[in-house]
Amino acid sequence: MRYIPHTSGDVAQMLGRIGVGSLEELFVEIPASVRLKRPLDLPPALAEGELLRELKVLAGRNATPENHISFLGGGAYQHFIPAAVDQLISRSEFYTAYTPYQPEISQGTLQAIFEFQTLVCQLTGMEVANASMYDGASACAEAALMAVRLTRRRKLLVSRALNPRWRAVITTYCRYVDLDVVEVGFAADGRTDLDDLGAKLDGQTAAVIAGYPNYFGVVEDLAALARLAQGAGAKLVAGVAEGVALGLLKSPGELGADIVAGEGQSFGIPVSFGGPYVGFFAARMKDVRAMPGRLVGETLDRDGKRGFVLTLATREQHIRREKATSNICSNQGLCALTATVFLSLLGKQGLRELAQQNLAKAAYAKAQLGGVEGVTLPFAAPVFNEFVVRTARPVKDLLAVLEQQGILGGIPLGTDYPELADAFLVCVTEQHRRNDIDVLAQALAGGAA
Amino acid sequence: MIVGTSGLVLNEKLLFEHSDAGRKGYSLTPLDVPAADLPDGLCREEIAGFPELSEVDVVRHFTRLSTWNYGVDSGFYPLGSCTMKYNPKVNELAARLPGLADVHPATPDHLAQGTLAMMYELQTMLAEISGFAAVSVQPAAGAHGELAGMLTVRAWHEAQGSKRRKVLIPDTAHGTNPATAALAGYEVVPIASEGVLTLEEVEAHMTDEVAALMVTNPNTLGLFETNIAAICELVHARGGLVYCDGANLNALLGIARPGDMGIDVMHFNLHKTFATPHGGGGPGSGPVGVSAALAPFLPGPRVVRDGEAFRFVGTQESVGRMLAFHGNFGIMLRAFAYIRSMGAAGLKHATEMAVLNANYVRARLEGGYHLPYATRSLHEVVFSDRDLPNDCHTLDVAKRLIDYGYHPPTIYFPLVVKGAIMIEPTETESQETLDEFCDAMLAIAKEAEMSPDLLHAAPVRTRTRRLDETAAARQPRLRWEER
Amino acid sequence: MEFPEEFKYTEEHEWVQVEGDLVIVGITDFAQDALGDVVFVELPEVGTEVTAGKAFGVVESVKAVSDVYAPVSGTVEEINEELPDAPEVINTSPYGDGWMIKIRISDPTELEELMDATEYQAHIAEEH
Repeated sequence: MRYIPHTSGDVAQMLGRIGVGSLEELFVEIPASVRLKRPLDLPPALAEGELLRELKVLAGRNATPENHISFLGGGAYQHFIPAAVDQLISRSEFYTAYTPYQPEISQGTLQAIFEFQTLVCQLTGMEVANASMYDGASACAEAALMAVRLTRRRKLLVSRALNPRWRAVITTYCRYVDLDVVEVGFAADGRTDLDDLGAKLDGQTAAVIAGYPNYFGVVEDLAALARLAQGAGAKLVAGVAEGVALGLLKSPGELGADIVAGEGQSFGIPVSFGGPYVGFFAARMKDVRAMPGRLVGETLDRDGKRGFVLTLATREQHIRREKATSNICSNQGLCALTATVFLSLLGKQGLRELAQQNLAKAAYAKAQLGGVEGVTLPFAAPVFNEFVVRTARPVKDLLAVLEQQGILGGIPLGTDYPELADAFLVCVTEQHRRNDIDVLAQALAGGAA
Repeated sequence: MIVGTSGLVLNEKLLFEHSDAGRKGYSLTPLDVPAADLPDGLCREEIAGFPELSEVDVVRHFTRLSTWNYGVDSGFYPLGSCTMKYNPKVNELAARLPGLADVHPATPDHLAQGTLAMMYELQTMLAEISGFAAVSVQPAAGAHGELAGMLTVRAWHEAQGSKRRKVLIPDTAHGTNPATAALAGYEVVPIASEGVLTLEEVEAHMTDEVAALMVTNPNTLGLFETNIAAICELVHARGGLVYCDGANLNALLGIARPGDMGIDVMHFNLHKTFATPHGGGGPGSGPVGVSAALAPFLPGPRVVRDGEAFRFVGTQESVGRMLAFHGNFGIMLRAFAYIRSMGAAGLKHATEMAVLNANYVRARLEGGYHLPYATRSLHEVVFSDRDLPNDCHTLDVAKRLIDYGYHPPTIYFPLVVKGAIMIEPTETESQETLDEFCDAMLAIAKEAEMSPDLLHAAPVRTRTRRLDETAAARQPRLRWEER
Repeated sequence: MEFPEEFKYTEEHEWVQVEGDLVIVGITDFAQDALGDVVFVELPEVGTEVTAGKAFGVVESVKAVSDVYAPVSGTVEEINEELPDAPEVINTSPYGDGWMIKIRISDPTELEELMDATEYQAHIAEEH
């Protein structure tokens, strides 16, 4: 095996030095009764070339942007990735390193995380950000738990317009820790229903959790949500599933959010069938000790030179154990680096331009699709790069017709929202050409009625 | 030869300090639709302090940063319990293949049969390797898999109508275990071990309030839990379940299977045992395997096979979703490529060589360093700083090792050994590498006697020397700000 | 290492100085030394009721965290406002400027349960 260097001569010599006669003797502590008495039943080993051939066969059985025009979004977005991103994260000093526990030989990772934390603060308008979480959904669940710690209250109000998969993860995390997760409805315009929220807010509410933009692509009135939540002594958690939106929208921090939990996949990370992505997590400095996850801080070395270390670690599992703010250990370090490289390349102007392009393409698509007979746009509130489309024809049939034409038209909403059984979610990014959108509109015109 | 040298290491500012107004590092395709605006009041001002750099600036910046890091590709990385084995390059290529890296997670099942087939096969292979009936590949990392496992334990108990609220955790367990148990709503009861867990100790604590025992096998001392089968039997007889932390699975591939020992739940660390890169702290992947009785409670949906087709199926009893989508697919793909490259014989050989390497290091360092447990260890070995003179401690040995060109072992863990030095060489290191490392360790022990200042001053060859962690914690500066 | 004779001590390494029906509480020289450089202190608010043997605050160093337990029951009358901004005082002056809280004691007989300096020194010798 090419990854294992031992020759039979090496093995013999090493066994001799250890003072045993055989490899078998090294395993004497494992009782015979629990030994495996046959070889593992696995497919035969493949050489490098065969392996790649097999993987390419698997790849050939998937729909991708190469062979389909795709309007799928809903928490994972197809954006352009500059070539420099993959080149840089492929430096093996980055990707073959462990967590930076030995700061003197991990300054590359540590400085990059410090830069990531800074970028997240700038994007979200918050004061402090951590080194990353698994993804946006788990970050949002951790934000809910942090709000519980901060308020010592046990009820969470979750907007139904928040990504349903994120809501599911919040439910999983809260399942056995005695928390009450209550849903808040959405209004006719696609935003969280402020009246319903007002009615459900009480002195037991730890947090109000809403998407920004929400699952329908709609830009929530975060300031109003913050006022209501904080008026009742609760925290506002803003969940950002599409990070690019922050290139253009007012930051959640500016609008009064207490905690921002988001998904950074849009920042240079391929959709990769759902992962690995990167959750970002930001809060106010006064609440830093209640935050989950790793934090990198600036300090000086013995010679007075600037350097970076993991800090405030007493919040974490390896020190505070069962009282830790989270059990997270490994996070998504390399994906955080990816986002950092991507955002450095795009920069101040690029991110804004990228966001404007997404907005413009979605607006164009909305206009084109809205003009098709049998298609309506149920929500009137402003959207970023996704929107909901309602059709006269059953969604399942319609999407099947589109598939026949090589189009993945969108995500059906009926499973998660019975009242939207006749609707689906369309996502348009800068990657779509005008012609792609026109093709979708024409296909809908042919199939929608 | 001493590998460590000061080399050519360049300085580099923070991104934000490089920035120059108007500089660009991107090119976007010109817009082919009319520009659009959002209603008044929704848009932000430009982001103050956000970087403005050219592509060249960015490339130099991160290339220089990378040179301040030490990876497995740089050299020997014997971090105990972390299994820093070589990360095969073909796996990196695999994860980037068009048709795999660009499949959207909301693609309908029938149009994603390639990715589903891979996930199904990985679930099946992990189940065979571990002896479990079912595997969920959704969790994103070890601690996440642990949480998934403990939630599954809890869900099983609830389904039996059991209200047990306590979890037993031995002192040799991983640090994440107590935090995980708490997240599943359990109270932690610590139990003492004498290197390995005794049946008597478990029996004494195994009341009808205890939902589960969490063990690591082999444990963090590198010792096989020889009583594991009897312990599992006892816990089961008293209505509990046994959770195993799978961090140390690299010691058992093809030799013994946790499922066969009576363990009910275990998480895998694909980034340890199955050679996926650690990425400077993730992304990992932490699938969780369970016995048949617990399978319906696993996180989901999971991939099932229907004849020739694959699809995602959720269960009513499932603890639910752990992530927005299906897990760290790109990492699964690398692990899949690894297992397919190794085959059954290759995996067993890897375990044998990993155990051989650890025992070789043990044999060479015994006498030079204090060895607190004499029992035959498997894939890792724990020494301590007990016998070091002149106020030299584990931390000093670790820092001095850096000057010799090595990543230090895991230090001060497990907690049951004071001043622990925990070495896990893995199978991908040659005898020559191990010899050079052991020579360095022994030279450092000598230096502790003859010239302890070398240890106290170390590292001296790195770009940055020992950092002031106290100042960092007292006045936290967690982001760059314009001064 | 010093252990003032006039103080009383707990098994959890707090010291107590009695001033009428007020007691001043801090952590011992032994405790600060074991923790290392203290980087953070969390104290209760004035007016909080504390119970003997239950945690009232937290001290943290870079790599360790420790609850601080109330030696006696009562009401928190005053806290050391300087500590959160200068936690290092606990290292430099554990028995002086590093005091943590003053408790108005509700049951003076609880003081009898505490150790004197000699007993405390024997306790740490035995424990470590």
